[in-house]
Amino acid sequence: MQKIRFARGLSDYQIKMAFIMPTMILLILMNIFPLLWSLYLSFHRYKASLPNRLPKFIGVRNYAQLLSDPEIWEYFRTTAYFVVLAVAAQFIIGFGLALLLNRQFRYKGLVTTLILLPMMLSPVVVGLFWRFILASDASGLVNYFLSPLLNALNRDSIPWTTSPNMAMIAVVIVDTWMWSPFMMLISLAGLSAVPKYLYEAADVDRASGWFKFRQITLPLVSPLLLIALLFRTMDAFKMFDIVYVLTHEGGPGTATETVSMNLYRLAFRSYNTGKACAMAYILLVVIVALSNIYVKYLNRLREA
Amino acid sequence: MKKPHIYIFVVAISAIILLAPSTNAQKPLTVVWAEWAPADYLDELSKDFTAETGIAVNVVQIPWGSFQEKISAAFVGKSDLYDIVIGDSQWLGRNSVGGHYIELTEWMNDNIDVSSISDTAMTAFAEYPKGSKKYWALPAEVDINGFMYRKDLFEDPKEQAAFKAKYGYALAPPTTYKELLDIAEFFTRPPDLYGIAAYFSKEYDSITMGFQQVMWSFGGSYGDPHTYRVDGYINNEDSVKALEYYARLIKFAPPDAPNYYWQQVLDAYKAGKVAMAMEYFAFFAGAIDANQNPKYYDKTGFFIAPKGPKGHYISIGGQGMSISSYSKNKPVAKQYMKWFIQKSVQEKWAMLGGFTPHREVLQSETFLNATPFNQAFSDSMPYLKDFWAVPEYADLLEVCQTNWNAVIVGAKLPKAALDQIARKHEQIFEEAGYYDE
Repeated sequence: MQKIRFARGLSDYQIKMAFIMPTMILLILMNIFPLLWSLYLSFHRYKASLPNRLPKFIGVRNYAQLLSDPEIWEYFRTTAYFVVLAVAAQFIIGFGLALLLNRQFRYKGLVTTLILLPMMLSPVVVGLFWRFILASDASGLVNYFLSPLLNALNRDSIPWTTSPNMAMIAVVIVDTWMWSPFMMLISLAGLSAVPKYLYEAADVDRASGWFKFRQITLPLVSPLLLIALLFRTMDAFKMFDIVYVLTHEGGPGTATETVSMNLYRLAFRSYNTGKACAMAYILLVVIVALSNIYVKYLNRLREA
Repeated sequence: MKKPHIYIFVVAISAIILLAPSTNAQKPLTVVWAEWAPADYLDELSKDFTAETGIAVNVVQIPWGSFQEKISAAFVGKSDLYDIVIGDSQWLGRNSVGGHYIELTEWMNDNIDVSSISDTAMTAFAEYPKGSKKYWALPAEVDINGFMYRKDLFEDPKEQAAFKAKYGYALAPPTTYKELLDIAEFFTRPPDLYGIAAYFSKEYDSITMGFQQVMWSFGGSYGDPHTYRVDGYINNEDSVKALEYYARLIKFAPPDAPNYYWQQVLDAYKAGKVAMAMEYFAFFAGAIDANQNPKYYDKTGFFIAPKGPKGHYISIGGQGMSISSYSKNKPVAKQYMKWFIQKSVQEKWAMLGGFTPHREVLQSETFLNATPFNQAFSDSMPYLKDFWAVPEYADLLEVCQTNWNAVIVGAKLPKAALDQIARKHEQIFEEAGYYDE
């Protein structure tokens, strides 16, 4: 009886708070506090591996050192190069596949599921088996199949992961293999939402296929495509796992050293915690800026 | 009617609880090490400790690639997961200064005959700062960088004649880096056979362990260990020559050699891809095992790392046993370490395949004849040298790994890479306060 009375005595606001508070507390503990703590540490000299040395305030020195380090800019260039190549390839292949699948045919469901499989795999597993597929000697599956052609041309095996020129291409191939299905999935959702009567009307007007694609398909699908591009760009900018496994920690040399790979080194190899936090914030700012550009463009599209 | 069944059930459960091993039995000791053959030997050896004391020993093995990260993460989280950590020699600085290892100086002086342990092992695996006689670990596994070679190729009369005709001296295991390069060149017959497999990878400490012994033997060095100045040492003319040499050596290695660490080197050797292979002695057991290396297990010879134009130095590997500050089982950990270093236990350790730090056991005929490579191991002992063991070693190592790997794949010139290392190393030392008055 006491309990019932207690429950009845709660106001609507108190009940609301009782439901919200656990989530709020969890959010503050798991997200907000680490975010603020890492921001605090980014202004300090601190190594988590030396806990008996307290964080020492050094102002913006971590940021200044990182932003004035030519190597960091090189890693940003490498990352940007990867993002542009990978996202463009994924967009073209994914959208192309969606156009092909956007019709009725036998076993459509099975084909779609099979195409979606790569993105369901763990990136580490993907990196590992592509490491064997793209091995730089004849033991690699790709080089094995290409060997008759390479022998005929009197060329050596392709050094997919051991040449600074080829390693990034290898990473792009693997990432594209893995994530084109995602682009396809979103594109397919957009394509299937385009009203059929628009195409029928265009057919009545004897519009060409290219005209229908340019004037009907593309404008109606583009908001969804942009969202898919936004997700992939943000994700590609944080590329770590495939690079870690496939090219042996961003090698050869620094050919595939992305910003996230370098951040990992700073944070978990060197335990340079203060600097790693500063680096993470720089990365966050870049991603937020990029996302804003996309969102603004998306809004403009919607208004149009 | 059901009651008697319940009584029987209660009595049975009580009996199981009472007859089960005593709940106040000693907590098992957890020893963590990298995932490799010596950890299996230790697991086997530890059964004797359990038989003697009744204390179970759990040897946890972590793959080499994530060994350092996992241990560091456990330390940062002050986890009591591990009682004894068998860590790399370079970790001593960071883990002692960071308070993750307990200091063992007094305990070792009181409980262990330190003079029975090789001086080299004590300096490399136990002492920090070097020369201070402050101990943080008990040497457990002394490992050394060495080489294996295909005896069937080296002893083939046709190969010997062809080699002599081309180079003007007899084909034999190389004693100098010039000979190593000649032999590597001679046996390079792509795509089936290459001269050498060595540590070239960017992973963990791979290329650093492979190259640093060349650098020292050519006259280069990491820097002044007293002033921590690096410029003018690591980027001097000798170091540049050494790096140029190492970049030439990879021309005689298989195409995937820029990714070679210990596993890839061993695989390349066992697959018959190379005539010679650089490897740590602890991995040599795999090369003479008929199951693991069916083609060449009986055709494999071993030699010590060659000397250079300005000296003879060899990279030290291996690890020492340290007690985690967060362990709740410290007395047992000490009991285990005291047991481990006894001569009789060390003899068995050596027989199982471990590389003992025990001076007498190391020099015994039994040890020298136990495997075909123990003699080369013993011959290498006087030439051992190590990487920096300061708390900032991981930062220093990362810079070396990236730059040296960039040189061997042709992405950087040796001088530019070494200048970059010098600049970065001095920046790391400066930030850490080594240059403060």
